[in-house]
Amino acid sequence: MELSADLKREMFWMMLLSRRLDERAWALHRQGKIAFHISGIGHEAAQVGAAFALKRGYDWVAPYYRDLALMLSLGMTPREFIMGLMGKREEPTSGGRQMPSHFGLRRANVVSHSSPVATQTVHAAGIALAIKMRKDDRVVLTTIGEGSTSQGEWYEAVNWAAIHQLPVVFMVQNNQYAISVPARKQMAVKSAADKACGLGLPGFQVDGNDLYQVYERFCEAVELARSGGGPTLIETLVYRITPHSSDDDDRTYRSREEVEMNKRNDPLLRARSEIEREGVLSASEIAEMEDRALEMVNDAVRYAEQAPYPSVEEGAYPVYAEQIRQKEASHA
Amino acid sequence: MPEMTMIEAIRQAMDEEMARDENVFIVGEDVGLRGGVFRATQGLIDKYGPERVIDSPLAELSIVGIGVGAALYGMHPICEIQFADFIYPAMNQIVNEAAKMCYRSNGDWTVPMVIRAPYGGGIGGGLYHSQSLEAFFTHVPGLKVVIPSNPYDARGLLKSAVRDPNPVLFFEPKKGYRLIRGEVPDDEYTVPIGPAKVTREGSDLTVFAYGMMHYYALQAAEQVASEGIDVEVVDLRTLYPVDRETILNSVKKTSKALIVHEDNLTGGYGAEIAATIADGAFTYLDAPIKRLCGPDVPAVPFSHPLQDWFMPGVEKIADEIRALNRF
Repeated sequence: MELSADLKREMFWMMLLSRRLDERAWALHRQGKIAFHISGIGHEAAQVGAAFALKRGYDWVAPYYRDLALMLSLGMTPREFIMGLMGKREEPTSGGRQMPSHFGLRRANVVSHSSPVATQTVHAAGIALAIKMRKDDRVVLTTIGEGSTSQGEWYEAVNWAAIHQLPVVFMVQNNQYAISVPARKQMAVKSAADKACGLGLPGFQVDGNDLYQVYERFCEAVELARSGGGPTLIETLVYRITPHSSDDDDRTYRSREEVEMNKRNDPLLRARSEIEREGVLSASEIAEMEDRALEMVNDAVRYAEQAPYPSVEEGAYPVYAEQIRQKEASHA
Repeated sequence: MPEMTMIEAIRQAMDEEMARDENVFIVGEDVGLRGGVFRATQGLIDKYGPERVIDSPLAELSIVGIGVGAALYGMHPICEIQFADFIYPAMNQIVNEAAKMCYRSNGDWTVPMVIRAPYGGGIGGGLYHSQSLEAFFTHVPGLKVVIPSNPYDARGLLKSAVRDPNPVLFFEPKKGYRLIRGEVPDDEYTVPIGPAKVTREGSDLTVFAYGMMHYYALQAAEQVASEGIDVEVVDLRTLYPVDRETILNSVKKTSKALIVHEDNLTGGYGAEIAATIADGAFTYLDAPIKRLCGPDVPAVPFSHPLQDWFMPGVEKIADEIRALNRF
């Protein structure tokens, strides 16, 4: 598959922007300006490669909380992300109701998800069933960590999709750890992709730090799903470079040597060296991108800090759909 | 007006709603060729095809979870849980997902969905085919909980549930499926979710009940009428959100309240009704608020004498009415 230079630049930009935003979130937490952050550092190539394989804004996505780069690729703005960190009213996932990074973006067909893991994978199968019933040509992407593939909900979702040949791509971002528990304590198989053979769908493992490989594999899976060929399971092998969240201390369960060794495979560095080697971007063009990212991140923080919190009255609704108008009236 | 059974009314409601709106579909165990183990969906697969009457894998959480996903896409699923006792694997999807979706997305995403589940004992179903578990769900904002007690309401309330933009739990008193008959007009109608109904006017005391217990409460009221006790009966119909106004108005009139449900006593739905009455009609009361409920054992035992010991019925309700009337 020949990837255009424009596409490569755009994907690299998304990875870079996601990384700088993510780093700023950690800084904001250390400054006491936000209460919580859950990081996607190390997952950028996997998420951007998967997102760009979709018809973004047309296909549907049921994500999980580590999907910052995915969400930016689907059109969430840095301002929206930082407002989410701060629980501001205008943040589009929940109006400040959910914890940060519990994504959802109606305008981009990204459905809201919760904290109990794997629940969204069943929704993805249900959405795909509806797509098939209506004879639409959309595809659903759902993402999850490897630990969450231990959940019954995940098996039931994949089973449904395989039985009914539903247009879903199940993405497992295997970052080796579920908080502190290593992958070998989650599954007896070597790869989450191996679980596919027990459920009756194709399963693949790809190097999640290899942007182009991820993109190509997801393009094939999305094409298969769109053409009525059914679901695919793809495990992207990555490494969670940061602790699980801002409340975690990963020094209690993994060595610094291990983390440092894995940083050598940092997907952003790898994409950068590849893209420079190919001559798609020069060092000075990348420096310009860095400036632009810094500017956007600074703007997002400035904007979010000044944005209003929800009024306390808004805490009472919308519990039921009938109350949505009440919300709209209060925003008017 | 034709007479029909509960199960026929429920089937007719689904048939009509599927004919009305092609987004409505049914998913559950054995709902297809078998027509459901209680025949609630009998014949619907012939009319609407296997794409809209879907035999699910034998896994309750995904019956609901698939419904949530389809609802997010704009469909209107009717999920059948074969017996309410089997709903627990789906609790996460009902309580954490369906119920919270509207609130947690600030109204961007809603889950228009019906979950039908036959509930209740007295049918020799033992611990796991007899449970009443409405109290688990009447504690969950975001859900609506409906229990019909007769064919007219079953048809009208189920049609309202299918048209509701929220997740609605629709518990059906399975013992009444074929036992309870009633007149159901041919004409199109719905019964709104929300209002309770005074099904028998009286002045001495009020019995609050729903589902199968409402059926028995009416009979008990009839029985004690010959003894000169004038009982008012209120069919709660929608348990959540609850119609506090009708409850309080009745107590203000009769000054005595008996709440009947077959679910066990402690933490049961009757406690909420009792608290509502104590809070809103305290000065009208002439007697303690009484509850007649299933005993605090894990579930309905199988053996007939044990089952009869567990289940409230006409005689037990009549006895409670007499005692409360004497107070």
